[in-house]
Amino acid sequence: MMENGPDLVTLLWTTLAAFLTLATFSFLYKDNPLYKIAEHLVVGVSAGYFMVLFLWTSLKPVLIDRLIDGQYWYYIPAVLGVMMWFRFSKKLGWLSRYPIAFYVGTSGVAIPLYMYNNVNRQLSSTLDLTLGFGSLAHFWNIIIVIGVLTGLVYFFFSKEHKGAFGGAAKIGIFILMIGFGASFGYTVMARISLFVQRIASLEEWGVMLYTYIFG
Amino acid sequence: MKRRVPLMMVFVVSLFMVVQNFVPLDEWNWIYQFLLDWTMIIGILSLLLGMWSLWKVHTQKIKRKSENYGYSFITLSGLILMLIFGFFPGSGGIENYWYRSFFYYIMVPIQATMFSLLAFFIASAAFRAFRARSVMATLLLLAALVIMVRFVPMGPLSPIVSDAAGWILKVPNLAAKRAIIIGVGLGAVATALKVMLGIERSYLGRD
Repeated sequence: MMENGPDLVTLLWTTLAAFLTLATFSFLYKDNPLYKIAEHLVVGVSAGYFMVLFLWTSLKPVLIDRLIDGQYWYYIPAVLGVMMWFRFSKKLGWLSRYPIAFYVGTSGVAIPLYMYNNVNRQLSSTLDLTLGFGSLAHFWNIIIVIGVLTGLVYFFFSKEHKGAFGGAAKIGIFILMIGFGASFGYTVMARISLFVQRIASLEEWGVMLYTYIFG
Repeated sequence: MKRRVPLMMVFVVSLFMVVQNFVPLDEWNWIYQFLLDWTMIIGILSLLLGMWSLWKVHTQKIKRKSENYGYSFITLSGLILMLIFGFFPGSGGIENYWYRSFFYYIMVPIQATMFSLLAFFIASAAFRAFRARSVMATLLLLAALVIMVRFVPMGPLSPIVSDAAGWILKVPNLAAKRAIIIGVGLGAVATALKVMLGIERSYLGRD
């Protein structure tokens, strides 16, 4: 917004944004042509946006600039990438297995990383021995340890959930349910915040329009 | 050639990726970074496959005059315009005025509104699903309610709600999340090992 009010170009762009916001909200009533226009528009624009973004910010510096610099060994991933395009060919479709195999192979990095970050680090944080014995924090930590162990027991499907094992799994599902409830509450509030922000943007547009017309 | 070579490739690359983590040599790190560049290049070139697929689906819809084919013109127009703004010589690439404006005034509002719409659908789904019929459903409902009341836009309604939400997040929620994270970690390692050893081959597709 300029010092003497909004300029026409900004007002037009903001009006377009407000129209598309309302068109998308119209889905709350029912599926309708306005919503379909917004939906189809965002698919095309998003696809184009990410294509342009990735090519300029990733492919150019990582591949094209290096090939221009004479680092010819980068032709290998380029050829592998092009081989992916044979995916829909009936005769040469098998060629796309090579880049896929390479891509899948790099998932080997997950073995040490996941083991360290998801398992070791989480276990060491769970068994926190630095908390003072007998303190409230220590008590809650014991609850956390029980929660983690019983939660893991619930996810262990190789043994039938019966007897003591079944009891532990039952406690585990109680803990997991509280966790899912918390995640659900968070998700709903995040969406509500987004909704409030969209309504605020419509209000801004209304103020901008009023200021432009009435000064 | 069609199956064995890709399987061997997976094994060799996976093995290198595992071993390099334990070898603190610059040369190994250089190869690791080099291979990560490869994944980026292959990934971006694969995007063109998705682009072609999108193009094909919508052009075929137009050719066949399928139901609602008119909307395909809108999708293709958005796509073509963004590509022109981003790639036209002298356009400035991602700094192009129209490219940025389409992002800020078309893409962002629609996507944000679509995500905000989910608030209504989640609420209506929860209304139907979250009946306090069992202890588990009641726990889920109570935890969700406390968290939602804590994070209302005008701030926490009372210190009790704030404390209760803090306890839920720091104790049972933390335990649940850790159990899930550890489970995911063990599952990911097991799957990666299966892929590496050629036990899991579904990614190769059929002959």
